[in-house]
Amino acid sequence: MAQTTFDGSSLGVLEALRQLRQQAATYRGIWSWIATVDHKRIGIMYGVTAFLFFLAGGVEALAIRLQLARPGAQVLDQEVYNQMFTMHGTTMIFLVVMPLSAAFFNLIVPLQIGARDVAFPRLNAFSYWTFLMGGLFLYSSIFFGGAPNGGWFGYAPLTEKAFNPGHGIDFWALGLQILGISSLASGFNFIVTILNMRAPGMSLLRMPVFTWMTLVTSFLIIFAMPVLAVGLFQLSFDRLFGANFFNPLKGGTPLLWQHLFWLFGHPEVYILILPAMGIVSEVLPTFARKPLFGYPFVVFSGIAIAFMSFGVWVHHMYTTGLGPVANSAFGVSTILIAVPTGVKIFNWLGTLWGGDIRFKTPLLMALGFITMFVVGGLTGVTHSMVPSDYQQQDTYYVVAHFHQVLFGGAIFALFAGIYYWFPKFTGKLLDEKLGQLHFWLMLIGFNVTFQPMMILGLLGMPRRIQTYPTGMGWDLWNMIATVGAFLIALSVLVFIINVIVTARRGQRAGADPWDGRTLEWSIPSPPPPYNFARIPVVRARDDFWHHKYREDPSGRPVPVVAGGANGHEEEEGHSEHIHMPSPSFFPLIAALGFPIIAYGFVLADYALVAAGVVVLLFGIYGWALEPASE
Amino acid sequence: MAQRTHAVEHLETSTGLDNRKLAMWLFLASEALFFGSLIATYLLYRDQSQEGPFPEDVFNIPFTSVSSFILLMSSTTMALAVGAAHRGRLHQMRTWLLCTALLGISFLAGQAFEFTEFVHKGLTLSTNLFGSSFYLLTGFHGAHVSVGVLILLSLWVMAMRGRIGQHNALNVELAGLYWHFVDIVWILIFTLIYLLEPL
Repeated sequence: MAQTTFDGSSLGVLEALRQLRQQAATYRGIWSWIATVDHKRIGIMYGVTAFLFFLAGGVEALAIRLQLARPGAQVLDQEVYNQMFTMHGTTMIFLVVMPLSAAFFNLIVPLQIGARDVAFPRLNAFSYWTFLMGGLFLYSSIFFGGAPNGGWFGYAPLTEKAFNPGHGIDFWALGLQILGISSLASGFNFIVTILNMRAPGMSLLRMPVFTWMTLVTSFLIIFAMPVLAVGLFQLSFDRLFGANFFNPLKGGTPLLWQHLFWLFGHPEVYILILPAMGIVSEVLPTFARKPLFGYPFVVFSGIAIAFMSFGVWVHHMYTTGLGPVANSAFGVSTILIAVPTGVKIFNWLGTLWGGDIRFKTPLLMALGFITMFVVGGLTGVTHSMVPSDYQQQDTYYVVAHFHQVLFGGAIFALFAGIYYWFPKFTGKLLDEKLGQLHFWLMLIGFNVTFQPMMILGLLGMPRRIQTYPTGMGWDLWNMIATVGAFLIALSVLVFIINVIVTARRGQRAGADPWDGRTLEWSIPSPPPPYNFARIPVVRARDDFWHHKYREDPSGRPVPVVAGGANGHEEEEGHSEHIHMPSPSFFPLIAALGFPIIAYGFVLADYALVAAGVVVLLFGIYGWALEPASE
Repeated sequence: MAQRTHAVEHLETSTGLDNRKLAMWLFLASEALFFGSLIATYLLYRDQSQEGPFPEDVFNIPFTSVSSFILLMSSTTMALAVGAAHRGRLHQMRTWLLCTALLGISFLAGQAFEFTEFVHKGLTLSTNLFGSSFYLLTGFHGAHVSVGVLILLSLWVMAMRGRIGQHNALNVELAGLYWHFVDIVWILIFTLIYLLEPL
């Protein structure tokens, strides 16, 4: 039916696609991955891609640390150094932490709410491919005269054409635009999935906290991303078409960029950390064998953080001269946002309190998160104080602070999630000894790297300097930080070895290796394509736990004697009748249009732009006219 | 084939709201922030241009009032198309869809004319802050109208081939939501940027 809308020449293409699609539906071979709309496969692709970008961002960090290890070093020249820190920041935020979180949204959320897939499986594939295209487009800038060099927040007018010729910033602005489309698409998808696809009985306040935090994060994404998009469009129009938004000669103000960027940028911080908090809220109850302490408080403080995150952005701009009233108001709101965050910390401690704790790697990583994040949060409180922040602005203290929350926080929690859910999707448990070695090396390496940066910042070392003279008192601390960075690299190597070793001869994990509490542990590992042979009916929070245990009079869990515990409610015959969405190539084709359009704009080749638009429209119309399942 | 797709798309949801409708509302909420930022930029740079032409030199309020009226009327025809789709009056639905698209095209033609006039009067994207912020805001609005016209024409073509009917009237309704949103944004733009300019 679909081909009637296309002319004869595209008929052959469509027929070929149709045949490949049938091949892809068998869940075998490379095409079944390229055309997949299965949330678990998309989640795995998100995770693997983000991890590869993590390695790239890590290598950039090591290059930066080598350059700064000793005073007056010339490992990287100034131009390359600027590109390194820009790409490091941009990579870690947009190509690592956000997509790793998206990997967990994909892998976990449908399982936790008892759904067979997300609300829009093809849109989900589109999100992944668009993310991949955006990342590759951004990195392709090195073949076009150099990577972006304006820092991850790309302050105008430094990023204007007059002060920053070359294509780097264009790649940055358009690359982030593409990544934004990916994030927006997944934001819409996961809100609809969580609100609409819940199993019977899964009321909102029975949802696992990770699912809750995915919901909150998705709302942050759909409200924060368009603001960034406008800022990026303004920057691109200035650079490509001679507009004046940030042109000081025509009266344009750099403050406009800063307002738009941080109005996005501060919610973004919580886009990065709320999923991590969600993961920790799943790991702690499982390994303490207790329900999450104060579940409603954890949920509602997450919501409170999301609301308040839109009212604190000026704390990035205290030194821009907005005046005492604005600074005081945003100082107060920034102090206030620490309150719901603190509430969560106490709830996590309360969860551990009196628990039957098993110190497995996921729990260690989660504890690493809590301790390091507390330090990060407290240094954040010092930034909220305006006079204190005046001293810290643009010093290494700031660098130390945000690594303390983004690495000490988000990365530790994401690794907790990887160790925790790895057996669910591979059927094998990651090696515990190597896992613990990974944790301790990473914890030590992390502190050796970033605590010296706190001191460096207080000693007045500015961020983003390519080198420094000796005799400032910075030499020793910089050398220590560099050693720490290599310890972190070693810990990541241990993790990679762990994955390889596990793949070769890992211990088989059953459906429920950790004695879990939520629905994902009630189905086989790895889950079948349709997830649940029968859609579960949910009767309580931590429903699966209540199938396995009841409480004795003193409140201790006692295993339920008969049934429910094995988690295998599968009856093979069922899968025959479950109608799953068909694979599709159109999300990939549509996503391919974006980098083509973007190259066209960067190179001012409007025929290329038009070609990209044709590819995009071909993908969208093919998608719209193709039946979702057949 | 259409029947089966239909069956898959109308599974019962937890909220009772159709997935695609909920997604459309979320998309529009996100778009509100997009246009909000563009309008905020325009207002921030209001009266900040160092050289002309200034708004009062180029605006032609009577002309833009007419094109605004045309766009507003297209919301009426859109609502009629949605109503007809739900009641299964396919002939009417096709007519109103085409009317809406044509009204949208008329608005876009008006915008093209307006932009040309402004350029002749010396206002380009790079003339001053007014030029930059005006063209970006109204240009992105025009781009949204264009996408809307494309959607409406696609629906119209599908309807002519009998692929849109009462059973999938939701497609028309979703296009309607988008179309009304774009209209509402224009009401804001017209009021804030054109009508309140003398204030």
